[in-house]
Amino acid sequence: MFIINCPFCGERDQSEFKAGGEAHIERPKQPTELNDEEWAEYLFMRKNIKGIQFERWNHAHGCRKWFNMLRDTSNDEIKLIYKMGEKSPIE
Amino acid sequence: MKNKYSIFSLIKNAFSYHENWQKAWKDPAPKKEYDAVIVGGGGHGLATAYYLAKKHNMINIAVVEKNWIGGGNTGRNTTIIRSNYLWDASAGLYDHALKIWEGLSQELNYNIMFSQRGVMNLAHNLQDVRDLKRRTHANRLNGIDAYYLSTEEVKKFCPIINTSSNIRYPVLGGTLQKRAGTARHDAVAWGYARGADEMGVDIIQNCEVKGIKRNGDEVEGLETTKGFIKTKKIGVVAAGHSSVLANMAGLRLPLESKPLQALVSEPVKPIIDTVVMSNAVHAYVSQSDKGELVIGAGTDDYISYSQKGSHQIVEGTLNAILELYPIFSRMRMLRQWGGIVDICPDASPILSKTSIKGLYFNCGWGTGGFKATPGSGDLFAHTIANDEPHKLNAAFNLNRFVSGDLVDEHGAAAVAH
Ligand SMILES: Cc1cc2nc3c(=O)[nH]c(=O)nc-3n(C[C@H](O)[C@H](O)[C@H](O)COP(=O)(O)OP(=O)(O)OC[C@H]3O[C@@H](n4cnc5c(N)ncnc54)[C@H](O)[C@@H]3O)c2cc1C
Ligand SMILES: [Zn+2]
Repeated sequence: MFIINCPFCGERDQSEFKAGGEAHIERPKQPTELNDEEWAEYLFMRKNIKGIQFERWNHAHGCRKWFNMLRDTSNDEIKLIYKMGEKSPIE
Repeated sequence: MKNKYSIFSLIKNAFSYHENWQKAWKDPAPKKEYDAVIVGGGGHGLATAYYLAKKHNMINIAVVEKNWIGGGNTGRNTTIIRSNYLWDASAGLYDHALKIWEGLSQELNYNIMFSQRGVMNLAHNLQDVRDLKRRTHANRLNGIDAYYLSTEEVKKFCPIINTSSNIRYPVLGGTLQKRAGTARHDAVAWGYARGADEMGVDIIQNCEVKGIKRNGDEVEGLETTKGFIKTKKIGVVAAGHSSVLANMAGLRLPLESKPLQALVSEPVKPIIDTVVMSNAVHAYVSQSDKGELVIGAGTDDYISYSQKGSHQIVEGTLNAILELYPIFSRMRMLRQWGGIVDICPDASPILSKTSIKGLYFNCGWGTGGFKATPGSGDLFAHTIANDEPHKLNAAFNLNRFVSGDLVDEHGAAAVAH
C-alpha cells in the first residue's frame, strides 16, 4: 500500500484512489478515418511497461478529480504527480 | 531412461534414506542452436515443451527460465480447475484441458494430486442468479457437467456456509461443476519438466532472456544471460512479463500486468471438502491436503510488476470470508503473497502466431490460467509445430483485437480463477 499526494487534497491513503491505466493516450482526432488496425492500437494495445510509466489516477473517494502520475511499476515507487492537462515535465 | 515412480521405488529408496533418488531433470548448459525455444518455465511453458517432444517429435528444443521452474504464477496460484465457461470457444479450450487433467498423473508417472472435489460458484444478487443460470444452460449445451443449486442445496453441499438471509450479500443460489477441483501446482511443473527432460528437452534455469533478435520479419534467436541462442521458432510463455518480451521484439500486446494475491491459514482438520468461489464478494476458499485454507483475493487495479498487492484487497476478501464462514473467525493466516497476472481486455487468453515469422505468444491467462495448463501446452505445441493454430485455439488469436471478434469472458462466466 502506498500514500498518494493528490494535487488537490494532499497526501491520502492509496485505498481512496482508482488507477486509470496508461496516460497520454490521445483520442483519435478523425475517428471516421481510422482503419481497424488503428482502432485496435487505440482501444486495446498498451505499453504495460516494467519500469517508469506515465499513468492516470482518480481520487475516487475524495475530490474525484483525475491527475497524472509517473511511477516505477517494478517497485511501485511514485516519482512525480502533476495535474491533468499539464504537460508532462519530463520528455 | 527415468526410473518409474511406484510403491516399490518408494520402499526401495526408503532403505537408503531417500538419498539415491534419480535426478528428475538435468541441468544442461544451453546449446548454440535449437529447433525451438520456449521462454518461461512455468506450467504452460513446460507443458508446451513436453507436447512438442511427445506429439510433434521436436526434441532438439529448450525451455529457458529466468529463475527456477514453477516459481512464477504456476507456484503462486490457488489451483482451482474447472471448465464451466460461458462461450463455446472457451468451453472447448478449458474442457480440453480438464479432460487431460483427468489422466495426467498416470501419463506423467507423477502424482499431481488432481482432486475432483467439485467447484461451487455462489450467487449473491439477482443478476448473479440470472448469469449463473444462463451459464449452466450454456455449459450443458456444450456437454460440460453443470448444475444450478438453490440456497438449501448450497447449504447441503457445503454446510459451513452461512446461508442466513440477514447477511450483507446473502447466498441466493449457486452452480456446481462436479468434475472440477484442484491439483498440486508445483507437481504439475515438475511432472512436465521430468517428462520433457526424459525425451531430450533441455530445461535451462537461471537463464533470463534479454533480447529477441530479428532479421527483418523473422526471428533469429535469443540474447540471454547465458549467451546467444540461435533458433527459428520462439514460443513466449511468460505470463505477467509477456509485454516485456513483446517489447524486445518490437510488438505491442493488449495486456495489463497487475498483482493478484492469495493467502493460506494455519493447517486444521478437514472442514471444507470442495472449492467455493464467490465473485460478487471476491472470495474463494478450498482446503489443501495439508489442512491449510487456501484463500484467493482479487486483483489490484494498477499496473505493477512488484509481486506485492495492496493490503485493502486482502482485507476486503477476509471480510467476505468471515461473513460467509463465521466458523473461520479464529483462524490465523500464515502466509500471503502476490503474483503478476497478464490481463486481456476480454479476459480470454492469447495462443497465437504474431506478425513476426517464428514468434508465438501464449499469454493473457490473467487470473485463471492454471486450470488450462495441460490444454494450453498441447494446443500451443500444435500451433508452434504446424505454424497454424489447432481448431480449439483458433479463436484465441491476436488478430481478434483488430477484427473485433472478442471472446468476452468477463463476469458472465465467473471468470476470476
Ligand atoms: C494469487 C493467484 C491465484 C491464482 N489462482 C488461480 C486458480 O485458482 N486457478 C487458475 O486456473 N489460475 C489461477 N491463477 C492464474 C495462474 O496462476 C496462471 O494463469 C498460470 O499459472 C500461468 O502459468 P504460466 O506457466 O503461463 O506462467 P508462470 O508460471 O508465471 O510462468 C512464466 C515464467 O516465465 C518466466 N519469465 C518471465 N520473463 C522471463 C525472461 N525474460 N526470461 C526467461 N524467463 C522469463 C518467469 O520467471 C516465470 O517462471 C492464479 C494466479 C495468482 C497470481
Ligand atoms: Zn483529491
